[in-house]
Amino acid sequence: MAMEVTQILLNAQSVDGSVRKHAEESLKQFQEQNLSAFLLSLSNELVSNEKPVDSRKLAGLVLKNALDAKEQHRKSELAQRWLSLDIAVKAQVKACLLQTLASPVPDARSTASQVIAKIAGIELPQKQWPELIGSLLSNIHQLQPHVKQATLETLGYLCEEVSPQVVDQDQVNKILTAVVQGMNASEGSSDVRLAATRALYNALGFAQANFSNDMERDYIMRVVCEATLSQEVKIRQSAFECLVAISSTYYDKLASYMQDIFTITAKAVKEDEEPVALQAIEFWSSICDEEIDILDEYGGEFTADSDIPCYYFIKQALPALVPMLLETLLKQEEDQDQDEGAWNLAMAGGTCLGLVARTVGDDIVPLVMPFIEENITRPNWRQREAATYAFGSILEGPSPDKLTPIVHVALSFMLTALMNDPNNHVKDTTAWTLGRIFEFLHGSTVETPIITPENCQQILTVLLQSMKDVPNVAEKACGALYFLAQGYEDVGAASPLSPFYQNIIEALLTVTRREDAGESRLRTAAYETLNEIVRCSTDETAPIVMQLVPVIMMELHQTLEAQKLSSDEREKQNELQGLLCGCLQVIIQKLGAAETTKYGFMQYTDQIMDLFLRVFACRNATVHEEAMLAIGALAYATGTNFLKYMQGFYPYLEMGLQNFEEYQVCAITVGVVGDLCRALEDKILPFCDGIMTQLLKDLSSNQLHRSVKPPIFSCFGDIALAIGENFEKYLIYAMPMLQSAAELSAHAVADDDDILEYTNQLRNGILEAYSGILQGFKSSPKTQLLMPYAYHILQFIDTLYSEKDMDDAVMKTAIGVLGDLADTLGSHVGPLINQSVSSKGFLEECLSSDDGLIKESADWAKLAISRAVSG
Amino acid sequence: MTPQDGRRPIKRSTVSDQQRRRELALVRQAQQRSDSQNRARRLASSVLALHSSPEPALPDDAIEPERAPEVDWAQTEADLTESEAPVRDLNVAQASKLRGREARRWFAHQLMLPEWMIDVPPHLDRDWYVFARPAGSRCFVVSSNGTTISRLRNGSVLHYFPSSLPNGSRTRDMSGPASSYCILDCIFHEPNQTYYVIDMVCWRGYSLYDCTAEFRFFWLNSKLAESGACNPTSTYHRYTFSVVPIYDCDQAGLHAAYTSVVPYVKDGLLFYNKHAHYQTGNTPLALVWKDNYCSEYFLDTDSKGLVPTQQQAFAYSRKPVGFDPSFVDCHQVTKFAEAISLSVYHVVLEIQDDGRLTTSDDPPVVFGCVEADFIQKSGLRAGNLLRFAVRDESVSLVDGKLEIGDLQFVSKANRARAFADSYSKVRKKIDLISP
Repeated sequence: MAMEVTQILLNAQSVDGSVRKHAEESLKQFQEQNLSAFLLSLSNELVSNEKPVDSRKLAGLVLKNALDAKEQHRKSELAQRWLSLDIAVKAQVKACLLQTLASPVPDARSTASQVIAKIAGIELPQKQWPELIGSLLSNIHQLQPHVKQATLETLGYLCEEVSPQVVDQDQVNKILTAVVQGMNASEGSSDVRLAATRALYNALGFAQANFSNDMERDYIMRVVCEATLSQEVKIRQSAFECLVAISSTYYDKLASYMQDIFTITAKAVKEDEEPVALQAIEFWSSICDEEIDILDEYGGEFTADSDIPCYYFIKQALPALVPMLLETLLKQEEDQDQDEGAWNLAMAGGTCLGLVARTVGDDIVPLVMPFIEENITRPNWRQREAATYAFGSILEGPSPDKLTPIVHVALSFMLTALMNDPNNHVKDTTAWTLGRIFEFLHGSTVETPIITPENCQQILTVLLQSMKDVPNVAEKACGALYFLAQGYEDVGAASPLSPFYQNIIEALLTVTRREDAGESRLRTAAYETLNEIVRCSTDETAPIVMQLVPVIMMELHQTLEAQKLSSDEREKQNELQGLLCGCLQVIIQKLGAAETTKYGFMQYTDQIMDLFLRVFACRNATVHEEAMLAIGALAYATGTNFLKYMQGFYPYLEMGLQNFEEYQVCAITVGVVGDLCRALEDKILPFCDGIMTQLLKDLSSNQLHRSVKPPIFSCFGDIALAIGENFEKYLIYAMPMLQSAAELSAHAVADDDDILEYTNQLRNGILEAYSGILQGFKSSPKTQLLMPYAYHILQFIDTLYSEKDMDDAVMKTAIGVLGDLADTLGSHVGPLINQSVSSKGFLEECLSSDDGLIKESADWAKLAISRAVSG
Repeated sequence: MTPQDGRRPIKRSTVSDQQRRRELALVRQAQQRSDSQNRARRLASSVLALHSSPEPALPDDAIEPERAPEVDWAQTEADLTESEAPVRDLNVAQASKLRGREARRWFAHQLMLPEWMIDVPPHLDRDWYVFARPAGSRCFVVSSNGTTISRLRNGSVLHYFPSSLPNGSRTRDMSGPASSYCILDCIFHEPNQTYYVIDMVCWRGYSLYDCTAEFRFFWLNSKLAESGACNPTSTYHRYTFSVVPIYDCDQAGLHAAYTSVVPYVKDGLLFYNKHAHYQTGNTPLALVWKDNYCSEYFLDTDSKGLVPTQQQAFAYSRKPVGFDPSFVDCHQVTKFAEAISLSVYHVVLEIQDDGRLTTSDDPPVVFGCVEADFIQKSGLRAGNLLRFAVRDESVSLVDGKLEIGDLQFVSKANRARAFADSYSKVRKKIDLISP
């Protein structure tokens, strides 16, 4: 068998496809037939130094895949399977792995490190394999550098896999000691030093206690800073990565090191190799992130009792930091604007400068202006581009008061540059800067308008002209137009864009049809801008939007006619279909929302629906999502008339509800069910059996992404409200699900914000379901069917009230449900409500809420309750 | 070289319009869900009114019971069970979302229309309010979904504009849910481009249909200003709104309403019964008084609000029936009591499919009949509104009921007319011309 495994593993990497396939099949069979034997032979393969390196590597990889998967559900399944294996088998596998760490073959060691970490991730939380860390640490004292290196690497992976809570402080101390010693300049082997530095990066999360101790922290920081000066570029880069991680994890412990860190980062930015310099810049970006968060949280008013104090590192470093960043802007690469993924010193420097502007606001302006003035008219394009880039980067943060006078002067200069500058990079950055000006300094909330009737025409002329430029410049011009239009979204009837509306739409359509629109995401930008233009149309320009409907429909029709495409062409086709469905969605929502245009639009609905149904026949998640959203908007616009499309649409609706993998599609389909309920009202009844079956399946599924579950509960409410007492037959399924979800969510231990937010979404969904069901049964002779659930619903609201961690949305829905309960069940629940804490404390609290919506719902609840109690 | 995890290059931070579309769709769905919930809840302001300020029982003789059953407060309240949830509330919420033709049709029948005051109701001083009606077009103003629409009596749109009413404009800080629609009963006053709110039908999604006038006016006075609707105009508030001074109908109140200087051109006095709900169509619980002291347009106005030349010559020949304005200074009495020199008046009647000519009342009052061949020849159809000339010698009172002997066809009524005249209006006109 053992010999055979080697061959199979080698065959599985064969260039011959059929050999490879056969080998993969055999491995799979082996795994299914006898997992223990399979894992044992793989670990034997990995540990054997006489085996070929390729089969050993793959053995480790297959072993790893048998323990871990990306998908959460599968991951826990694999963990359970490992835990249930025979203890002797597991011990043997683990022994092989640990032994491999001493192998002279680097690939074998490295693979083993990863597998050990995966097993540790499964076993340590179960309090198994307690001797692991001890035996790893004993390796550290070995003299052979390669064993030391592999061990440190394993410790690093282990820290990545395992959460800090499952390792006790004593072991943490030992791990950190080993790691920091490995990093020390006195360590002779640079491989060991690099492995130790990388391990520290992962171990930082374990070092909470050590960072609170001045002496230990000083020591760690000294070692990290020294490593940034190593001879080895990889060690320097890795050490800076540690500094970045420390800046976000231990921001509040950094004060006494900032002076030194500034010196070493400035040196790295100035003269080190790019990967190192980029990390040095990243350190400052990360500090900005922290300070922006802190200042956001306290609304700028930092008080002594705030959790995390702001140390204003950026503000203090400003006079030295800004010149350092401005220098980087001059280090552009020739092709950076054509390359989507480009990332270099100039880009990182500008990004950091933007963050600094957001952190300090007005203070940055006087430090940057001389640089702009000095360089903006220079003959060297690098200087002009850097000056423009600097200007564009600081437009978010400083106050409009500070920026508006400068922008007034700069605007016409920019427009001229966009037209006449001979360099594409300069034009690209200029168009981008214009977009930033419109994004941050134009719109209904800005007091002094940048754009006046006088310069509006000039701006539009330049932007439309620029949309004919090379793709990357044209894309930025579209972006600028997007923000220009967005600023006029609320302007009402007399939009300054109206006179140019037709021209704008034509120019954008021309862009979408450019041969080279596939480059620099130009086509996408053009359609997105078109959407924004549609959104900001007014009564006056609505007829032009109406004319756009057949145009977009025709484009969509053409994509559906295309035959025999290569997979590459098909992908592009799908992308285009997504864009067109998105555009139609925006148009439907716009035209369907105003009475003046709704009826004119209705002539197209049959054809549009026909196109959407054909779109569903193509299998692409994004396209489905866009078409689904568009159909929701269409149902809203057509109301009961949507019934005629239901027969054709229903299969796709069901398909969407079954789409567990692409959960976004599922979530959007659930939302569309709500739209349909409100559009069709009780006419949706014939489809409810199918829909409810699917929704109940979705709720019981472990595979479906949890974010879809709250909207499904809300959807129960939508259905009940639409079909009223006909919901009766679903009560026995829906109610127990709601009850158990309610119990779960009422007492959820929400110690982090994400979980609390999710819990509140879930509560809100459950409450919306109750609300819809209660209101749906109102005035029905079957109201009594809900009596058995009343006690539980009240208890749920009582618990929410006593837990004190509801958000405003939940509070509003909860008090509303209390009212619904009283309203629908009347005097039958009067005594029950009287006994509940909610009817007193909670109601009082809501009645005196500052939030108008909560108060409104509370007023309603109070009335309903007083009627129920007195009646 | 690729950027650090999660660090987005500042120049690449383009908006994701797809994400925006997704979010906007979610916002729309959430708003609509909340709309339907509120619709279902029928936020019972009537109960609110009851609990906050108990009404004195209305004297039985105040109104004819069969014409105003909804005023019988005590009884209605006692019977107010779930099954009796007024269907109308549902209509209001839905109506705020109606568009186009449906909206026109619905709104054409939703205004509360006063009868002419041909009799002084008992307990005028105790049970009634009075205020000077601003001259202008009576209309419904609906704010919802970020826009405000005003509709004339026939349901056609007067203005489509942003306002500070709840949900009346698309401002950045969309405070309040989509359900926060409002329906106001207004008069648009051309000279100062102001909407005078004379009644409040719905506020922030709360229906006030089943509230007493007393409560509606209280709510109107406290809520309107709060919303900012009375502020000067701005980009997001095209027209300003204003309330009118409302007085108790005692001597001082009547005097104030009749004589005091207001910032608008007066067009008669409106009287509202304090205990009456908002009832659509003609109701005897709201009354209008016009004379040419307190109204420039004391007779009928055409679609443009102008008084046809024929009528401008009309004058007053006698004191108004039954209503003794003794509270008014003598010289003012003389001012408003002038003679009518012409004895011809026009009435507008609706033609039924059997050729009968009727008023807009429910049930309609029949004033005559046209022959089949006349209908055929003139291309008329049932439901058409026709203008007839009435000569006073052909008018008589039989058992207290008005009868018209001779109706002379003049023309089809102006297209903007949505209703025939009511019985009380015909009677008022006739009263004016009869000796």
